[in-house]
Amino acid sequence: MASDAGRPRQGRGGAQSRSEVRDVAGSYLAHHRKVARESALRLWHAPVASLMTWLVMGVALAMPVALLLLLGSLQGVSAGWESSARITTYLADDVSLEQAQRLRLEVGSRADVEGVELIDRDSALAEFRASSGLADALDYLDENPLPHTLLVTPPEVGRTAAAVEVLAAELEAMTGVARVQVDLGWLQRLNVLTQLLGRAVWVLALLLGGAVVLVIGNTIRLAIESRRDEILVAKLVGGTDAFVRRPFLYTGVWFGLGGGVVAWILLGLSLWWLSGPIERLATLYHSNFTLSGLPFDGALALLAMAMVLGWLGAWVAVKRHLDAIEPGVPAGS
Amino acid sequence: MIEFQQVTKRYGSDHTALKQVNFHLDRGELAFLTGHSGAGKSTLLKLIMLMERPSAGNVVVGGQVLNNMPRRQVPYIRRHIGVVFQNHQLLFDRTVFDNVALPLEVMGVPARDVGRRVRAALDKVGLLSKEKMNPMQLSGGEQQRVGIARAVVNKPPLLLADEPTGNLDPKLSADIMHLFEQFSQVGVTVLIASHDISLIHDMGRRTLTLEQGRLTGGMNHGL
Repeated sequence: MASDAGRPRQGRGGAQSRSEVRDVAGSYLAHHRKVARESALRLWHAPVASLMTWLVMGVALAMPVALLLLLGSLQGVSAGWESSARITTYLADDVSLEQAQRLRLEVGSRADVEGVELIDRDSALAEFRASSGLADALDYLDENPLPHTLLVTPPEVGRTAAAVEVLAAELEAMTGVARVQVDLGWLQRLNVLTQLLGRAVWVLALLLGGAVVLVIGNTIRLAIESRRDEILVAKLVGGTDAFVRRPFLYTGVWFGLGGGVVAWILLGLSLWWLSGPIERLATLYHSNFTLSGLPFDGALALLAMAMVLGWLGAWVAVKRHLDAIEPGVPAGS
Repeated sequence: MIEFQQVTKRYGSDHTALKQVNFHLDRGELAFLTGHSGAGKSTLLKLIMLMERPSAGNVVVGGQVLNNMPRRQVPYIRRHIGVVFQNHQLLFDRTVFDNVALPLEVMGVPARDVGRRVRAALDKVGLLSKEKMNPMQLSGGEQQRVGIARAVVNKPPLLLADEPTGNLDPKLSADIMHLFEQFSQVGVTVLIASHDISLIHDMGRRTLTLEQGRLTGGMNHGL
């Protein structure tokens, strides 16, 4: 951050100048510690104002991170389904169970098929009755409206959209097959949607990150104005730019840290509040979807990012306003 | 220690604050700078402190020509110049001790040396017992002496004072002047801007007189 630790002096003995360098470095670090502590205390002594800034930052940071988490969870879902992509082959109504079993063997012997599962119409009806909640209505039906079904799983290597399409077409051409349904259509739509959402999240993150920088910048600008005398005196007695900037940069970093912590808390609370309904919803859809929370390293990254943004905001304010404060008119004239 | 060579300072196109000023101050010399308001006293001090740059001529301080000193070098030059202001420029959000310690903090002096040097400076101006007080609790003369302690705490070779006795009664003014004399006796070059003619007369020191930007007296050593 600075090079004001003192300029090396010439013409001294080696040992002496080494210990001098160590002294200067030591006092430089001590000054950093002191400034860091003092700027933290300053925020602490104005709790309401600091809390406001932290909350604004926290909300602005939590939103994109929450969307990123949602996005990650959605991608997990689509990845899970992609790996279990299956072709549902509905057989014609007049195909008997024996014929269906022969078809199963025939399809199962194909090279581009890994496995076939036959769901006969009776067990399909039983499952439908159990999961749909339409048991009473189904009782009114004279006969089972469901056909026998083959669930065809393509092998891992043939699981590209094109290969699956070819397989589906060939299955559809077989006698006794009424209709073939590939669940990739909506899966592709989900993929496109998550890609779109992904971009939207990054745009949002950039905008909100910019907002955070501006908020911190403005807050630091006010802090600079209120400490104008101090800045002037420090410059008059030979304070470098780095020296007078340092407290404000630390203030920005502390604002960032506080904002990051608030964002973390907000995310945790929202997740806790949403996790119950999401679990129920996922159960209804037979999905293993879970909204994953922020992992520990992710949280650390969030805090680090928040601190960088705070520092950046402070830097903008300091560059614009602090460097302009120069000792001008001393007393008298 | 300080040398002005044909120094001219213009503000804009119509106002010339200093016109071809030449003078030279030796190490350990104590001199007054006098003249009416607007005669250019403050401008001259600002040129030495690098708060302004000359329009023409050279300002040399401690053997270094300041004219083209890059901006980032300015703080290191200022560390060799102690300045005392009429309104003393003390910070009221900290103790007397912390005010005096500021120049040392700026220079990165190790903490264990700071206490010793601040107390030595406060002792010099007779305020050792008030180090823990807020400058606001002190009288005008005491505040000015805190300002002096801050100006000399890092033992600068050059001490500038801008109307240091402007707000003080004659007795306090004489005390302050006596302090400045002591510093010059140990080799500090002292330049005091003042229009307190009687005080300057009593001191009997070299006096640089400015009239409308021109140096009209005290160009040479002696009176």
